[in-house]
Amino acid sequence: MAEVHKPPEKFTLRLRRYDPESGNAPYWDEHTVELEPHRSVLEAVLQAKDRFDGSIGIRCSCRQAICGSCGVRVNGEPALACHTHLDAAKAGAKEGVIEIEPMGNMPVLKDLIVDMDAVHWKKIQRVTPWLLAKQPVPEREYIVSKESMVDVTQTMACIQCGACVSDCLAMEVDPGFIGPAALAKAYRFVGDPRDAEPYERLNDLAQDPQGIFDCTHCFKCVQACPKDVNPMGQIMRLRRIATQDHHIVDQNNGERHEEAFATLIKNNGLLWEAELLPRSYGGNSWFGKFAPPAGKELLSSLPSIVKALLRRKVTPMGVFKPHKIPSQDLKAVQSIYDKIESRPERYELNLYIVGEDETGAPATASPEGSVSA
Amino acid sequence: MKVAYWPGCVSRGFTPELHGSMAKVAPLLDLELVELDRACCTGAGVIAEHNQELADTLNARTFALAQQVQGAELMMNICSTCQGAQSECQERLDANTEYREHVNATLAGEGLAYEKGLTNKNFLWLLVEEIGLERLRSLVKRPLTNLKVGPFYGCYIVRPRERLGIDAENPRDHYMEQVIDALGGTVIEYAGMRKCCGFPIITMNKEASLKQAGRHLGDAIDADADCLVTPCPLCHLNLDLQQPLAAGVVGRDLGMPVLHLPQLVGLALGLQPSELGMSRHVVRPTSVIDWSSSVVASAV
Repeated sequence: MAEVHKPPEKFTLRLRRYDPESGNAPYWDEHTVELEPHRSVLEAVLQAKDRFDGSIGIRCSCRQAICGSCGVRVNGEPALACHTHLDAAKAGAKEGVIEIEPMGNMPVLKDLIVDMDAVHWKKIQRVTPWLLAKQPVPEREYIVSKESMVDVTQTMACIQCGACVSDCLAMEVDPGFIGPAALAKAYRFVGDPRDAEPYERLNDLAQDPQGIFDCTHCFKCVQACPKDVNPMGQIMRLRRIATQDHHIVDQNNGERHEEAFATLIKNNGLLWEAELLPRSYGGNSWFGKFAPPAGKELLSSLPSIVKALLRRKVTPMGVFKPHKIPSQDLKAVQSIYDKIESRPERYELNLYIVGEDETGAPATASPEGSVSA
Repeated sequence: MKVAYWPGCVSRGFTPELHGSMAKVAPLLDLELVELDRACCTGAGVIAEHNQELADTLNARTFALAQQVQGAELMMNICSTCQGAQSECQERLDANTEYREHVNATLAGEGLAYEKGLTNKNFLWLLVEEIGLERLRSLVKRPLTNLKVGPFYGCYIVRPRERLGIDAENPRDHYMEQVIDALGGTVIEYAGMRKCCGFPIITMNKEASLKQAGRHLGDAIDADADCLVTPCPLCHLNLDLQQPLAAGVVGRDLGMPVLHLPQLVGLALGLQPSELGMSRHVVRPTSVIDWSSSVVASAV
């Protein structure tokens, strides 16, 4: 049966306008367009440009969510303008007015067009976004397992729209952070069995203060991505492979923090904050707190520590004695650790690849595609 | 209402006032809390980063223990980070039968098994969806009149929306405003209310971490908030415990009190600030809120 479209309706757009060359401050501009509700926000902007003001700037090309050109913010949320229906945008709008702004974390060139070269593409280049082929290069194609290539298809789905970069909260306070799009791209090569230098890539990204350990785990990129690339998930996989397979000890306390956390839960069942922090700085043992970096950290945190002790928020008992779960349960937790950590390969279930039971996709957990294989 | 109660680690560690205030508030809401004291840490995303199967199995064990609590209608937590970490594991366990069986095989030694479909709600969700705003409103003894409250959610409880069941029907990312309103307070919206507190990178990039906390606190001050309220004890650590350091990083005086959600509810339901452990904060709410002009104060 043919789809029945609703008749055209009026939609009011509130556009963020800015021309840095004019010397004027940014301002808001309102236009009312008339389109069928299933049409896109992009079509609405183009109609406003066509009928009311030819100077409105927006970048677009394919109009079918493939080229990644028309990334904007609709009602404050990152979106592809061509992939956002007007009725949905209106439903999420304040007082029925659809607000359209340029993406964040990148300088505005004009109106809704941001400088992708200055930020996004520069960061992509930072991660050596090409295959460093294993030698000798075979005469014909490389023979690799199907699973290992399926594993990297999620990151290959990226259309470089910049939506995740736009919303990255770590980048908001630390513009030098390599960021979600580029790090997802890095996984694409680290996870590729044909690449010759996964260790070098990981070591580089782990040692960089603005690399994999600078991600603040806010899920913004996961929510922003129109293609389910799950950049934050890829960053966590990079961390996992760097620390667990390559045993890279970074200068940013990333590996120490992860090891200390996992060890303390294994030892006590519950987190012991007072021990976690010094171990993250000084090393994952009881003696970690006596290492110079831990001492330095302790000194710099004195204003908070003293107040916390004065207010009995933190008690000396809490500092020196961990909370533990009952010993029988602790033994059970430890046996779970032992069983899983002694597996020859880690298991990782990626729902993007295997789908859910109901969708009919093969329901199997597959060993993680990593260099350990 | 009886619930299997997962308090998390930090509410029993560096934010003991959270655990204590939840215990005081529960009876006022007819909530019977059966504490899951045999369960272990959710891993807060860090154990999942270390080994995904390990995190999934440890959380499946907690879910199985919750399912053993006789008469409990659901599992409740008081930590955004626990909610997010548990929801992520539960999503995988519920989606794939073979994987769930694989994980349950590890739990079998203890005689435990997780059965698909546990309901796990943060106290915030439970307040709105199970107790209901009208009932909450009717229980208020000391409305928070004149108290301007800024919500601070914590990332793990607002993203990703689909996993957390946030949609037009269940606008869980707007429940804090609804609760503040039901308690008689004034909602203050500000730029950072759904952003990251910075805590996950406090040991990796302290300056960026504290800059995040400091900015949000500063935004809330500029929006004229008297205090913030959060359902996440980890956010509380960066926003309250670390506030003196955050002030130094952003170069401005802050002095913004940050309340735990059960503390705010408790105040409105008639409990005393001292019963709710409000003197245990680094930034004392009692020293900053103008208790002389607030109805909250006049009743104290």
